[in-house]
Amino acid sequence: MVKVTFVASGGERREVEIDKGETAREAALFNDVPGIDGDCGGVCACATCHVHVDPEWIDKVGRLQEDGMEAELLQFAEGTTEYSRLACQIPMKPMLDGLVLHVPEQQY
Amino acid sequence: MNTQIMEMDTADKIAAIPIEEIDVARPSLFQNDTIGLFFDRLRKEDPVHYCRDSYVGPYWSITKFDDIMAVDTNHKVFSSEAKLGGIAIQDMHSVEGALDLEMFIAMDPPKHDQQRKAVTPSVAPSNLQLLEPIIRQRAAKILDDLPVGEEIDWVDKVSIELTTMTLATLFDFPWEERRKLTRWSDITTAAPETGIVESYEARREELIECAMYFKGLWEQRINEEPKNDLISIMAHSPATRDMPFLEFLGNLLLLIVGGNDTTRNSISGGVLALNENPDQYRRLSDDPSLIGSMVPEIIRWQTPLTHMRRTALQDWEIGGKQIKKGDKVVMWYLSGNRDGSVIDRADEFIIDRKNPRHHLSFGYGIHRCMGNRLAELQLRIIWEEIHKRFSRVEVTGEPERLYSNLVRGITNLPVRLHAR
Repeated sequence: MVKVTFVASGGERREVEIDKGETAREAALFNDVPGIDGDCGGVCACATCHVHVDPEWIDKVGRLQEDGMEAELLQFAEGTTEYSRLACQIPMKPMLDGLVLHVPEQQY
Repeated sequence: MNTQIMEMDTADKIAAIPIEEIDVARPSLFQNDTIGLFFDRLRKEDPVHYCRDSYVGPYWSITKFDDIMAVDTNHKVFSSEAKLGGIAIQDMHSVEGALDLEMFIAMDPPKHDQQRKAVTPSVAPSNLQLLEPIIRQRAAKILDDLPVGEEIDWVDKVSIELTTMTLATLFDFPWEERRKLTRWSDITTAAPETGIVESYEARREELIECAMYFKGLWEQRINEEPKNDLISIMAHSPATRDMPFLEFLGNLLLLIVGGNDTTRNSISGGVLALNENPDQYRRLSDDPSLIGSMVPEIIRWQTPLTHMRRTALQDWEIGGKQIKKGDKVVMWYLSGNRDGSVIDRADEFIIDRKNPRHHLSFGYGIHRCMGNRLAELQLRIIWEEIHKRFSRVEVTGEPERLYSNLVRGITNLPVRLHAR
């Protein structure tokens, strides 16, 4: 198991655990973390699991690839920043144990 | 007349059609609501189905959830471009007397992306929060004005009225003339066979009238400070302000149709679904907190747009079938939303599903419905307000359905309201 902390837009922190190999989207959905909808089932097709990766973690997670479906979807989302990613595209490898993700105020 | 026997007879006939002769483009199948039986067969026997000959020409039907998802998210191979035929089973430019409308739903990147980005803020979550109290106030007024105990047409009195009011708000459209929006939405997707317009020529005339009306509003808004309504956003945004006129009109009509037919038919479809599933209606009455998960279930159940179409830009294999460059590929959302291999008990209307938003009604990928949360917002509000006032909205007669293979519409739904 690896740990992920979701920080709500109001600042409330919620630490959850998830099996290695699942993604940050599952970490949120399996634990009913509010603000992560994940409509499409985790296949990078809807942009409703948008998160801001904590700046301390962005290098380990990796930044958004400019060219690809994830970027194409995020361009239509509200409140994107240079730390924006889709949680379904963050596999929870052991090196990400302790990851901190910020949930945007609204999920499109 | 024994309707049970008639239905059996219809089912037997459909079961006996040779699979290669099945043509699901026929609008009558949607009007008489037998289409589900055809899709059941295709999903079982030939999930990627080629129809050689139909009134819209040859086309592929994609009928299973995962195959639809694969096509919808592969816009580099499956194009929405209007000049290749666009996004509906009937080619956009095949019709004599039609206007050459251009809209971003029928464009590929990069032009699609720029124009969509320009109008997205109008339905962004922050704007929806501003809209919620206005929509609620209007929904309350609509319901308060309805007579209890008399038979009324739910479609006209509630579904059309609420969606039209919301659209008028989004566009900051002159209030007293808001039913013009309904009319323009209806004719945009209508063919003469529907009876909504007399001919494509007559439709063209009306659309030009619509264009002139919006041109007036545009000129007014461009000379004012930028505001949050869609016309003002389009008039002031660098991505849209220099649009050629037919493109401006096309995108306006896209937003009208997108926000009108769809939500209207989901409002009607929800009343029908609850009446056809009285156990679910009882559960809702006992626990109105289920409205939150019922709303996406209504949208799945109704599937207000039956399909979206793409054109293959290269040869591609789906489900073991060879699609050729240039082929017309139709993603039947209505069928994928009944795919039991992805959705548990897909043939049942269940108001508290675990993942109710895992449905195809909004599409997926870059063309996914940008108003999806606004649609849900309107449905949630109307059901919350219905619950406060009425113990039951009782369907008292047969619904009438629209003659269309694109819009899954209910044109008349007689109901009687029971006071709480």
